[in-house]
Amino acid sequence: MSEDIFQGYKGQGLEILKKFNVRVWGQTEVETTRGRFVGTVLPRSENDDDMHIVVKIATGYNVGIDITTIKNMKETGYKKANYKIPEKEFPYTEGFPKVKLIGTGGTIASRLDYRTGAVIPAFSPGELYGAVPELADICNLTTEKLFAVFSENMGPEQYKKLAVAIGKEIENGIDGIIIAHGTDTLSHTAAALTFMVQNSPVPIVLVGSQRSSDRPSSDAALNLMHAAKAAGHSDIAEVMVCMFGPTSDEYGLLHSGVRVRKMHSSYRSTFRTVGDTPIAMINRNSITPLKQNYNRRRKDRNVKIMPYFEEKVAIIYYYPNMQPDMIDSLVDNGYKGIIIAGTGLGHVNKLLYPAIERAHKKGVVMYMTVQTLWGYVNMFVYDTGRDLMAKGIIPGENLIPETAYIKLGWALGQTSDPEKVKEIMLTPIRDEITKREPYNGYLIYQGGVPEVEEFISKFHK
Amino acid sequence: MKQKFDPKKNYEATKNAVGYVPRKQATQKTYDDLGFISGLETHQQLLTKEKLFCRCPAGCFHDSEDFDAEIIRHMRPTLSELGEYDGTALMEFKTKKEIVYRVKNRTTCTYEVDDTPPFPLNREALEKAIEVALSGKMSIVGEVHITRKQYLDGSIPTGFQRTAIIGVEGELQLKNKKIRLIQMSLEEDSCREVSDIKHRRIYKTDRLGMPLIETVTYPDMVNPDEVKEAANYIRFLNRSTGNVRTGIGSTREDVNVSCKGGTRIEIKGVAHIKWIPELTHNECFRQWALLKIKEQLNSKTDANKWAIKVVDIDPNSFKFKYAPLNAAKTNKDRIVAINLPYFKGILSHFTQPGKMFADDFSERLKVIACIEKPNMVHSEQFEQNISEEDFTKIRSLLKAKDEDAQVIIWSPEADLKTAIEVIEERCKMAFTEIPKETRKSFGNGTTIFERVLPGADRMYPDTDSAPIPLENDYLDKLAQNMPVPVYERFNQLKKWGIPEDTYTYILKKNFVPIIEKIINELKFNPVLVGTTFCHKLKFIEGQSKPASEFNFDKIYDLFKYVKDNDLDNAIIKKMLFIMYEHPKMDFDSILTTIGFKKVDQKNLITQINFLKEKFKEIQVSGDDLDGIATSWIMGQLRKTAIGNISFKDLRNIIEKEL
Repeated sequence: MSEDIFQGYKGQGLEILKKFNVRVWGQTEVETTRGRFVGTVLPRSENDDDMHIVVKIATGYNVGIDITTIKNMKETGYKKANYKIPEKEFPYTEGFPKVKLIGTGGTIASRLDYRTGAVIPAFSPGELYGAVPELADICNLTTEKLFAVFSENMGPEQYKKLAVAIGKEIENGIDGIIIAHGTDTLSHTAAALTFMVQNSPVPIVLVGSQRSSDRPSSDAALNLMHAAKAAGHSDIAEVMVCMFGPTSDEYGLLHSGVRVRKMHSSYRSTFRTVGDTPIAMINRNSITPLKQNYNRRRKDRNVKIMPYFEEKVAIIYYYPNMQPDMIDSLVDNGYKGIIIAGTGLGHVNKLLYPAIERAHKKGVVMYMTVQTLWGYVNMFVYDTGRDLMAKGIIPGENLIPETAYIKLGWALGQTSDPEKVKEIMLTPIRDEITKREPYNGYLIYQGGVPEVEEFISKFHK
Repeated sequence: MKQKFDPKKNYEATKNAVGYVPRKQATQKTYDDLGFISGLETHQQLLTKEKLFCRCPAGCFHDSEDFDAEIIRHMRPTLSELGEYDGTALMEFKTKKEIVYRVKNRTTCTYEVDDTPPFPLNREALEKAIEVALSGKMSIVGEVHITRKQYLDGSIPTGFQRTAIIGVEGELQLKNKKIRLIQMSLEEDSCREVSDIKHRRIYKTDRLGMPLIETVTYPDMVNPDEVKEAANYIRFLNRSTGNVRTGIGSTREDVNVSCKGGTRIEIKGVAHIKWIPELTHNECFRQWALLKIKEQLNSKTDANKWAIKVVDIDPNSFKFKYAPLNAAKTNKDRIVAINLPYFKGILSHFTQPGKMFADDFSERLKVIACIEKPNMVHSEQFEQNISEEDFTKIRSLLKAKDEDAQVIIWSPEADLKTAIEVIEERCKMAFTEIPKETRKSFGNGTTIFERVLPGADRMYPDTDSAPIPLENDYLDKLAQNMPVPVYERFNQLKKWGIPEDTYTYILKKNFVPIIEKIINELKFNPVLVGTTFCHKLKFIEGQSKPASEFNFDKIYDLFKYVKDNDLDNAIIKKMLFIMYEHPKMDFDSILTTIGFKKVDQKNLITQINFLKEKFKEIQVSGDDLDGIATSWIMGQLRKTAIGNISFKDLRNIIEKEL
């Protein structure tokens, strides 16, 4: 039980607490060489040092006390934080679409414990209703927590489980599915689900938030409303990512799960469709398609679930003077497929040629994508490209490197025949490879240029 | 016949019943009877190059119409508040404000608009804050923990302010009393409001994120003048460190006031310390008046059974002449009349000088329901906007009784529900409590409702920032150059014989260190130095504007120049004037500008002898020859004398020569 009493304290800090008989959550008076402090001892974050004790003072602020200055400590009371997430029953409305929210561990909605600062995920329909009551005006929501992992820990195991769970929901007659997910690898999961859940009759919407929902300016609530609207009311039966369009609280964008990428480490409007336009714009009242060639919602339940994945697949991000052992080591470690993100139109240096030949001979399949993210691989323009193709590298068209990685894992999960893999890789399931790139598929505005500044001053960022 | 109700008479009568007296007539007994207590939260910007959590420049400001882009946000209460503090947080949420931020590239980056996590805390700011905390004799924390403090009004785009305690439990010696300090924190400043009309509030982000310290006192002040004195001392203390910004908006006071049986009301952002006494005086009486209202209401009826009645008003059935009501008709707003049982005599009850209870409705309708003023008519206005005939009809629609009062409001359909709730809620609170709120101050000493006071539990750790340890060695180093305490400065000024009416100006400007230097190093007469600063310099500051920034340290150089060149002190004032207007001009040029010529004593005597002869030529009478001659010669030499010799010495020489 001692760990409980001294939550997070270690080393010298722990010794001091023990010496003066003071527990975490103990109301304490501390005499120090710098003066007197009065407050409640809080748990200490495990990664912080062992030289300070954290106390919440009466005004609600936390302060750290240097243990070398402590002359005396006295526990005058004890009050353990006790918190519950307020739950209100999610109201059922006749005639509203049935939407299922599947949780993966991201904290799309959460409640904050004000005493510890700990974020407690709000997830049950009741909790979510408490957090975002507007959801009840959009759909009849049910939830299921499939796993609790951080976005960066999502992987093939989770993709497959998700696909199966989605299949079941569709069979059971759901009108739309929301998947709450951390944003870091949101697009990887979206790509995986696009390949594993084919011919879905209903929308499958992945959503996250860039600012956690414990802050008043969070994008979580609005993203969740947009996602519920898209899942319950849109006729777009695709796997999509639903996140902010501009950084302003104005509208969201529905991106194809295989053409979307996180493009900024912290911006709200971080998700962008690469090499094409998003499928639609969405706000709380309306959905405005930007494209017409999407799969429409259907009444049938004929979904095809293909939960396959070969884990021995890697992405290599090429850099000048890359040494052949980078590829050799993958081959020696049993990798079956490699996605290369090459320079320009899809190039790597000559130094790698022997390693590539060796890999090819050992049956490792290799696909070329571009670091530029926008544009097609074209290995005919320069000799290097032709050399590489001759050595067994297959151009990956305009597959985004991450999508190519997911697709190769999925393809190799089904077959190890290089020809069959090639057929799967180069036959688009959705728009991971497009036949043509629209003129507005590449728009990166350059700030500072007068016409761009004029545009920004006119429309909300 | 029943006597007609006269709101004006009622107002005066209730004002008397409350016992209101103007501040000039109030004594300590007045305040003791009311149970006046007050505490201060002083916000003071630190003088740093950059903002607190990003590398944007601090102290660059721009006009409201000068911006590069706009960003829109909506603030939501977080779940805990929704679950636990229905009343307060939801009230802000009800307003459904669209918050627009006007950003300018020069002063704002993605941090301020909450699209980038904070950069490490600005060390320059931390150091300056610690120095101020040390001079307030505070216990400095061992580790600085950055905390988030929630604000739902949009004044900070994140929805919270990053703030951290630097020290706790300090004290400040006033003239005759010690004031205890609760804490001092280092925090980021908020946006400046551009406008707040209907459902749209516009802010600019230039000030946002600038480092600020907040010094909080215990409620130790027991009368309005003491609050002002404490505010001044805190200001002097802050400025004595040389670490803080000066100028408009760099210091803002939140003043907390309560009366016996009242509640802590926060008067926000008082821009001038001289406003404090009148504001605190009136706030204490306002609470006293609300307690009287509570007493009256509870004696009339049971709060639990009390309910409003609302009816729709069809403007076509009335002969309204009041322009806003007719505009409401044109705009197809909904108009409703609300009956408030037993509120007759309450609406026109005194609350503040020139303000009655019903004004609170109007202020709340504006803030909470986003309905611009004029936004209501009520039955106890001094000047009635609705005819007696129409009012009679409204009363009968409401089945109102004689002891009731009525309010008529109008708004777009979407805001009406909130508007009715605002009035109902405010009335219900009148039975039970003084609403906990922050109030906005005006120069005339009155306040209006600003926001519902946020719940107490709105502090939580900033998960984006690591704690910052403060080592003993570091603090010891900072403690070495502490400014002299303010009360010691007072004693010093007294000892120098500098007139007391100048202390505020001298301390506000933090002139003591330079005055001290001039007195100690250059051995000038303290009174001369003191009056040069506070009388002459203050006068000059009021009269003219410097061509470029004036560095007050140059005044030391001026005294040194006068001493080194053996000039008479009388020239200081003349030189100061030119020097202030043209900070870049050198002292020799200043002398040329004022037409000074160096004249030695021998030369002066020659001139006196010449003038003596001259006087003999022009004299008309022979009486009191010496006196008149001296004055005449003095007059002739006055200009020449300034800077060369004091008038007293000149007169002595003339008299001797005569």
